[in-house]
Amino acid sequence: VDAFRVNVIHARQQVRSPVTNIARTSFFHVKRSNIWLAAVTKQNVNAAMVFEFLYKMCDVMTAYFGKISEENIKNNFVLIYELLDEILDFGYPQNSETGALKTFITQQGIKSQHQTKEEQSQITSQVTGQIGWRREGIKYRRNELFLDVLESVNLLMSPQGQVLSAHVSGRVVMKSYLSGMPECKFGMNDKIVIEKQGKGTADETGKRSGKQSIAIDDCTFHQCVRLSKFDSERSISFIPPDGEFELMRYRTTKDIILPFRVIPLVREVGRTKLEVKVVIKSNFKPSLLAQKIEVRIPTPLNTSGVQVICMKGKAKYKASENAIVWKIKRMAGMKESQISAEIELLPTNDKKKWARPPISMNFEVPFAPSGLKVRYLKVFEPKLNYSDHDVIKWVRYIGRSGIYETRC
Amino acid sequence: MTVGKDVSALFPDVVNCMQTDNLELKKLVYLYLMNYAKSQPDMAIMAVNTFVKDCEDPNPLIRALAVRTMGCIRVDKITEYLCEPLRKCLKDEDPYVRKTAAVCVAKLHDINAQLVEDQGFLDTLKDLISDSNPMVVANAVAALSEIAESHPSSNLLDLNPQSINKLLTALNECTEWGQIFILDCLANYTPKDDREAQSICERVTPRLSHANSAVVLSAVKVLMKFMEMLSKDLDYYGTLLKKLAPPLVTLLSAEPELQYVALRNINLIVQKRPEILKHEMKVFFVKYNDPIYVKLEKLDIMIRLASQANIAQVLAELKEYATEVDVDFVRKAVRAIGRCAIKVEQSAERCVSTLLDLIQTKVNYVVQEAIVVIKDIFRKYPNKYESVIATLCENLDSLDEPEARAAMIWIVGEYAERIDNADELLESFLEGFHDESTQVQLQLLTAIVKLFLKKPTETQELVQQVLSLATQDSDNPDLRDRGYIYWRLLSTDPVAAKEVVLAEKPLISEETDLIEPTLLDELICYIGTLASVYHKPPSAFVEGGRGVVHKSLPPRTASSESTESPETAPAGAPSGEQPDVIPTQGDLLGDLLNLDLGPPVSGPPLATTSVQMGAVDLLGGGLDSLIGGPNFVAPPAAAVPANLGASMGSGLSDLFDLTSGVGTLSGSYVVPKAVWLPAMKAKGLEISGTFTRQVGSISMDLQLTNKALQVMTDFAIQFNRNSFGLAPAAPLQVHAPLSPNQTVEISLPLNTVGSVMKMEPLNNLQVAVKNNIDVFYFSTLYPLHILFVEDGKMDRQMFLATWKDIPNENEAQFQIRDCPLNAEAVSSRLQGSNIFTVAKRNVEAQDMLYQSLKLTNGIWVLAELRIQPGNPSFTVRLPAPALPALGCLLPCAGQPLLPSLLPRAGVSLMGALAQLGWGPSEPDVNEHQNSEPSFQLSPIRLPR
Repeated sequence: VDAFRVNVIHARQQVRSPVTNIARTSFFHVKRSNIWLAAVTKQNVNAAMVFEFLYKMCDVMTAYFGKISEENIKNNFVLIYELLDEILDFGYPQNSETGALKTFITQQGIKSQHQTKEEQSQITSQVTGQIGWRREGIKYRRNELFLDVLESVNLLMSPQGQVLSAHVSGRVVMKSYLSGMPECKFGMNDKIVIEKQGKGTADETGKRSGKQSIAIDDCTFHQCVRLSKFDSERSISFIPPDGEFELMRYRTTKDIILPFRVIPLVREVGRTKLEVKVVIKSNFKPSLLAQKIEVRIPTPLNTSGVQVICMKGKAKYKASENAIVWKIKRMAGMKESQISAEIELLPTNDKKKWARPPISMNFEVPFAPSGLKVRYLKVFEPKLNYSDHDVIKWVRYIGRSGIYETRC
Repeated sequence: MTVGKDVSALFPDVVNCMQTDNLELKKLVYLYLMNYAKSQPDMAIMAVNTFVKDCEDPNPLIRALAVRTMGCIRVDKITEYLCEPLRKCLKDEDPYVRKTAAVCVAKLHDINAQLVEDQGFLDTLKDLISDSNPMVVANAVAALSEIAESHPSSNLLDLNPQSINKLLTALNECTEWGQIFILDCLANYTPKDDREAQSICERVTPRLSHANSAVVLSAVKVLMKFMEMLSKDLDYYGTLLKKLAPPLVTLLSAEPELQYVALRNINLIVQKRPEILKHEMKVFFVKYNDPIYVKLEKLDIMIRLASQANIAQVLAELKEYATEVDVDFVRKAVRAIGRCAIKVEQSAERCVSTLLDLIQTKVNYVVQEAIVVIKDIFRKYPNKYESVIATLCENLDSLDEPEARAAMIWIVGEYAERIDNADELLESFLEGFHDESTQVQLQLLTAIVKLFLKKPTETQELVQQVLSLATQDSDNPDLRDRGYIYWRLLSTDPVAAKEVVLAEKPLISEETDLIEPTLLDELICYIGTLASVYHKPPSAFVEGGRGVVHKSLPPRTASSESTESPETAPAGAPSGEQPDVIPTQGDLLGDLLNLDLGPPVSGPPLATTSVQMGAVDLLGGGLDSLIGGPNFVAPPAAAVPANLGASMGSGLSDLFDLTSGVGTLSGSYVVPKAVWLPAMKAKGLEISGTFTRQVGSISMDLQLTNKALQVMTDFAIQFNRNSFGLAPAAPLQVHAPLSPNQTVEISLPLNTVGSVMKMEPLNNLQVAVKNNIDVFYFSTLYPLHILFVEDGKMDRQMFLATWKDIPNENEAQFQIRDCPLNAEAVSSRLQGSNIFTVAKRNVEAQDMLYQSLKLTNGIWVLAELRIQPGNPSFTVRLPAPALPALGCLLPCAGQPLLPSLLPRAGVSLMGALAQLGWGPSEPDVNEHQNSEPSFQLSPIRLPR
């Protein structure tokens, strides 16, 4: 541990690898704000597993006591030990589902004498059983479920407006308040599924829906989804955990609607002046509104002063971040907005050129840039008597910017 | 306790609290015990009672907790008490307890392996694999894998199709972690045939869309390994390849640490199967805020994926990166541009112009790096881009790193005739000769000699200056040696010097710092683990002997049962020529005299061939020719049989050598050891050997030499079926691991009870030797006389009868020339080799020896030896009574077996007839070949 402290945490230069081998001992580390979570081994272990576990550990801890901070960790020593004891046994991760853990590790401590034998065996069978993420006997008066399709658009554009790489990584987050052990079936406009169905029914429907369908490059699912069924029939069926969880993640690269275009223009006027003009164009239906738009234009390190003129929103030069931050609260589709700035530079004798970091952008739009649509989500509960129609379902689409950069 | 204070003094008080009902308190007490039991073993015994009691608690959580904690207390005395409760818990009705107990077995094994075996926990654990609860299965698998890893020899996890099936079923049901355990375990299994591999693959592929990247990577590992077994033209193989790409790309959207692990693994996968990701170049483009380690890895993969199709994109990206801030990253990007130029010829021109643009930026480290790579480009495409030299020379002053300086000097020396002021440039370097690093000094020396050879008139002074600097004022042996070589070369024969120093250089090839194929194959088996992150085999970073089980990819199943000849490429190795590897740039330039030229010789006749050869190599441009050497030089495969033949020939003269006395041979004649398997063909393992027969037992004397840099262990040997059923009677025993440059001599006893198959030639033996690195195949010819048994002396009467019965056609005749032996000496000599003289007579001043011998398979061979005193030639008549029987014994339809045996028997009969026998008697043999059918038909009773 001391060696790790000396060699990694207090090392002067940047961290060169998240895995360090010191004297035949390997240290894995993950950093959360100022807390280092480290795992240690002397064996040839599954590195991916170790990192996944560290992330899960973070999730579990956040679920139990909120933010991972020094103070929180100090206050919850005992709890952390208890958790570790349960989720890790001899270095083998056991069960890291917060839902299940909460049934028997509570912050109050279990009054074991009050529990009946049935309850106890229920807990254990749930922890080890096939459906470790949901317990029996959940009841709600109103059966509700919420679906959020969250997408983040990642873009890398060249100064000439050429798309270097673009992909959408999306998540479907589900909040379920359903009674019993409901069996759910989820359908979306996945190209492969629709083509399959198109073949079965009339050709016409296939063509029509083919336009709206999207090609998903790859998707990963929460462990509750039956993967073998997905592989054979491409149907997504599952018994959801109670509460909020991430049903699936997916990635698409084709036919992405890029909500914004950034057109930069940088001109060096002499050695001490820089002129920057950035135009952003919104590229979606005029009836929709994008929110929380923020454009970050980096400035050189030796900037002495900046004058900004913008058509819309507010723009400010932030010296501490070496950037001009331009914020627009709302913007409708098919609009255009412009900012121009004059940057004055201090003359330096530094030969090194300014690296010109890319212009980055943040925004939120109420649609899925990948074009993904939820087609249906059916709920079946064989034991309790409520049908698919009784469930109140909500669907929301949010497209966010991931790493949305334009080089200048 | 948790803040680092020692609270062990409170031990008794804490133990008193153990019997509480409060679960949380109990957990804390247990936690305390785990920490301090080791320091107070006697006190810890007090806790045992409570543990045992808790193991019978009605609450399964408490039962599990007790077992879990007990396992963590590493005190020998406690472990004894642990066994009973553990056994109970392994059979507990509650799965939660069972799964905890399964892991506990692994814990216990870690403390006391013997105890676990004695108590039979391993069998119970194996039973748990077929448990109904998936989590129990997963933990049992994890525990067994851990135990198996520390016991490489034991076959704890001998999986069979049934248990595999169970695991695959459990795979669908258990938690993500359990899936990882099971997948890792599956990866260790080797399916029997491609069909089984395919069905496993089919059931594993759904895991590729799991959210947990560790599950995905483990699944990739299983697939990569089993793909090895699938034949390439299978449709399924193609779909599998297609299915692998998207999940790998998805891994890159994970957190940076996982990305790093994924990238390191992708790096391996790309080297093994570039086709998987060849269209996915874009995802490896570096993002501005990637951590540096992710950036460097991405860059590496980009270079590997660069091809003609995507080179334009890649170059544009690389140029972009070259303007980044991080120095290391920029350097690597510049270097990458150079590599692209070397790899994709069409792009070379654009690469060079890009590099020139970069040089114009005048950023110091960019310029230096660019010069280093331009040097490599020059070496790949000589005389193509000289126009840029002028630009390079402009930047001469800004170079301060040795590597860049050395590169520049090399360029100047190489193109001295086109640079007008080359002498001035080099002279400027020479001023600070002693302050330069060795690399630069060596390069400077070579460059000036080149310059001198190109422009002898103006630079005489310069060359003398540098030679004296190198030879007299330098302490560096490399430098001094090289100086001397040049000096003598120049003074003895300037023309030769010119030929040597200015010789054509081999072009450097494109692939750079690839991982050695065997290592790569091993690492593929470790996808997802630390080994794949470090790109090192586990033995390199794991303590002691634990976990140093070498894994290898399963061999591709051969379509037919054909014998594996040494020509078939070993499994996993890429077919065709291996690209040779350019070492890191640092070594490229120099170290010419690292060749073993030995200490400086002080005589003028140094410019002999050996030095010249060395020098050609040396000046051929440094290390790449050295490294390339082993690959370019064809392994002397042909030399092996030749060697054998030669040794047989010499064996003959040995046998009939008068001077070595008569009848001194105690055992049979032994052929000197010959190299069977050259080190080049076997990744550094050299095997030479011979066969001997001593007092009724045959043995194979082997000499194993490790010429690799790696320790070799786990030797095993196997023979292919052969004509006489030769087989090892005992396993190959190499007791200690064979460290580099070590040689070990082993005598491997053989028997002749193996299965029989006719070989061509008859005495051909195909051998497979395995070690921790790979399996190697070679074939050798064994002398037949090792098969002659001791009781081969035939009764005189019987001999006569048999002799008469043999039809004339079965006869073969040989002449042996130049054998100055008399009959007696011959007889006693032959007896040493179990060839017995049955009778002897003297006819017309000729000694006639009648001899018999018996082979291990009960076949008799008779011979008549005619010796004429004074005439050193022997005539051997070989009537072959046994031959038809041999034909029956080794039924090989239509194969001309007998004629091949006949001469060979003759060869062995006389020790080794080999070259002498073959020449003159060939017509004889041919004749008999024609008459072959006749003696297959004549049934002759064999005297037994």
